[in-house]
Amino acid sequence: MKADVVLAGVGGQGVLTVARLLAEAATVDGFHVVQGELHGMSQRGGAVQAHFRLSDQPIESPQVPRGRADLLVGFEPVEALRNIAWLAPGGRIVTAIRPIANVPDYPPIEKVLEALRQFPETILIDAHALAVAAGSVRAENLVVAGAAFSLLPLTRGKLRGIVQKRAERWTAAERDAAIKALAAGRAAIGGAPPVHG
Amino acid sequence: MTNTAPETTTPAAELMLGDDAVAYGALHAGISNAYAYPGTPSTEIFTRLVREAQAHQVTAHWCANEKSAYEGAIGASLAGRRAIVTMKHVGLNVAADPFVNSALLGLGGGLVLAVADDPGMHSSQNEQDSRCLADFARVPCFEPATAQEAYDMTREAFALSERFQVPVVVRLVTRLCHERARVQTRAAEPQKPLQKAGPRQDWVLLPANAKRLWSQLLAEQPAMRQASESSPHNVLREGAGRLGVLTTGVGRRYLGEVLPEMAQAPPHLHVATYPLPAARVRAFAGQLDSVLVLEDGYPYVERLLPGIVPARCKVLGRESGALPASGELTVVNVRAALGLPALRLHEQAALELPARPPRLCDGCVHRDSYGAMLQVMQEIGVATITGDIGCYTLGALPPYQAIDSCVCMGASIGMAKGASDAGLRPAIAVIGDSTFLHSGIQPLVDAIAHDTDMTVLILDNETTAMTGGQPTELPDTRLLPVVLGLGADPAHVHVFAAHPRKVPELAALIRKEIEHRGLSVIVVKRECVQTARQRKTHEG
Ligand code: SF4
Repeated sequence: MKADVVLAGVGGQGVLTVARLLAEAATVDGFHVVQGELHGMSQRGGAVQAHFRLSDQPIESPQVPRGRADLLVGFEPVEALRNIAWLAPGGRIVTAIRPIANVPDYPPIEKVLEALRQFPETILIDAHALAVAAGSVRAENLVVAGAAFSLLPLTRGKLRGIVQKRAERWTAAERDAAIKALAAGRAAIGGAPPVHG
Repeated sequence: MTNTAPETTTPAAELMLGDDAVAYGALHAGISNAYAYPGTPSTEIFTRLVREAQAHQVTAHWCANEKSAYEGAIGASLAGRRAIVTMKHVGLNVAADPFVNSALLGLGGGLVLAVADDPGMHSSQNEQDSRCLADFARVPCFEPATAQEAYDMTREAFALSERFQVPVVVRLVTRLCHERARVQTRAAEPQKPLQKAGPRQDWVLLPANAKRLWSQLLAEQPAMRQASESSPHNVLREGAGRLGVLTTGVGRRYLGEVLPEMAQAPPHLHVATYPLPAARVRAFAGQLDSVLVLEDGYPYVERLLPGIVPARCKVLGRESGALPASGELTVVNVRAALGLPALRLHEQAALELPARPPRLCDGCVHRDSYGAMLQVMQEIGVATITGDIGCYTLGALPPYQAIDSCVCMGASIGMAKGASDAGLRPAIAVIGDSTFLHSGIQPLVDAIAHDTDMTVLILDNETTAMTGGQPTELPDTRLLPVVLGLGADPAHVHVFAAHPRKVPELAALIRKEIEHRGLSVIVVKRECVQTARQRKTHEG
């Protein structure tokens, strides 16, 4: 059993945090885990990419090879599209749909979503709206985390525990929103079965 | 006093960054001192060391630059203590002087240099390979492939350093520095007692001593090579066929990834220690027709192989064209080099996607400075603006496109001087506070000495922002006394507290000082919004 995941978004969206949460959850489940990211220039509102691999066998390459990702997790729709070459045949896309148009030539959002729908089994989620409903706009990345988590062969509940542990310094309202956001992300996936390569 | 470090502060097999693994390797090897200047991808080694310093009774100091950091580590070694110094690859250019010369000394405590290369140039201006510099200094080097190896080899490097009384290099690459994986730590060694290393003749590099010490270093080379030949980190795996694969560092992992797809596993030698274990390479290549070298960075081993492998054995790699000459190894280019068919990749042709380069944060003080400079440019026409290294390098990109150059730390001031001397005026240097303290002070001394017709803008955001907000070595309140103390004319030195509403005022000041036919210095200050936010979270 293995799952290769590429996460893509914009600097400041919490992509690296989610990659790390998933890696920790997979470790608790006893998987071999490798998670890679780039720090530095990529963090200032630029495109960000993180990799996360889990397997019951030792893992070799530090990065998910192009064309091998079982799951492409988008925090922003254009960034999901940009990383399409990573997706394996039969791999799945789950992405938030709110555009971050901090560049002048951002294409019309309908066109972006249409391009994403061309790929079978794409799951589009309105993570922003779900985060607002959960009580915090800032929990958008946790909605995505909840969605990605339920598509991975991981035991339910672990992620919640890990978030709660990290959230010790948060206010009760923030913690509450975080837990709700995770659950909303899970619910948005419906009953889709987990990916694995 | 000898301190016994706590057993281990991490539970067994914790998920950690490769950078963290180096830090714990050093802590558990019983270091007493640690020094660094931040630089991606090495920064997190030292962030960890600073965080753990108190618990382990270690002195861990950020330094003004890599040279100062390296010299601190030599001093600790003189005191008989173990020390680590960390930096990025281009930082080693700055520290090259003490690094190369320290190889001649009769070191006391183990001195380990952890240096992070950035093949692919994710956040660097070049992809130089630190293995070449270890070779240049004639000292041993480890090249870990995994976070676990980064931990193990860092620990081992200290013992090797003490055995040969030379600095030992641990060479890292971006993917390893920034990968999180499980690492098994072991019980810590106690720190070494304070004991001044001697004799003096082994520390004073006067020509008479240096000649003797250099001969000694050369005489030690066979023993260093022997240590490398017998290292268990270099592993030979039998295989079928007459094409062998030699991997170094993370190259092994790309081979491992594609191995299941190969009809038969090729003979494989993994090299993790330098000097290159030539005898092992020779034995490996004996029956082969060709050797493919998978190494991240320069074709360092590839270039050493002719003369070691039999003449009929072809050497393949980055230089032969089997792999791209630049950029990182990837599963894609390793597959191609091994003759495996390319994977079919998904494409999307429907839309042209906009590039999304990094940009200055909203509310960043540099926005004010560049906004003001653009206003000035509109008024006066052309000027030459030499840039430097930091967040403000992003001023090279739209919407500002304001700077003409970015070469290396501190270069803006020296280059503005040269450009002005040569007649390219007005010349304006743009440099951050941390970069100024790193290596901008020296060229400013030259500009002051000649009262060069140029304007220096020191962009003071009160931190080393680009690498995550490390403190600068001097509080910003001391920047002005430093500049004045060097002898700059107080009439043409200004400190400007920036505010978005005051951009026209800043533009007028810059314009006025450009018109001055001598040296002017303007310090533009406001705290980095990111550090301000972090500070508030910590305080709140
Ligand atoms: S991190 Fe600080 S200095 Fe860098 S762009 Fe953002 S606000 Fe400016």
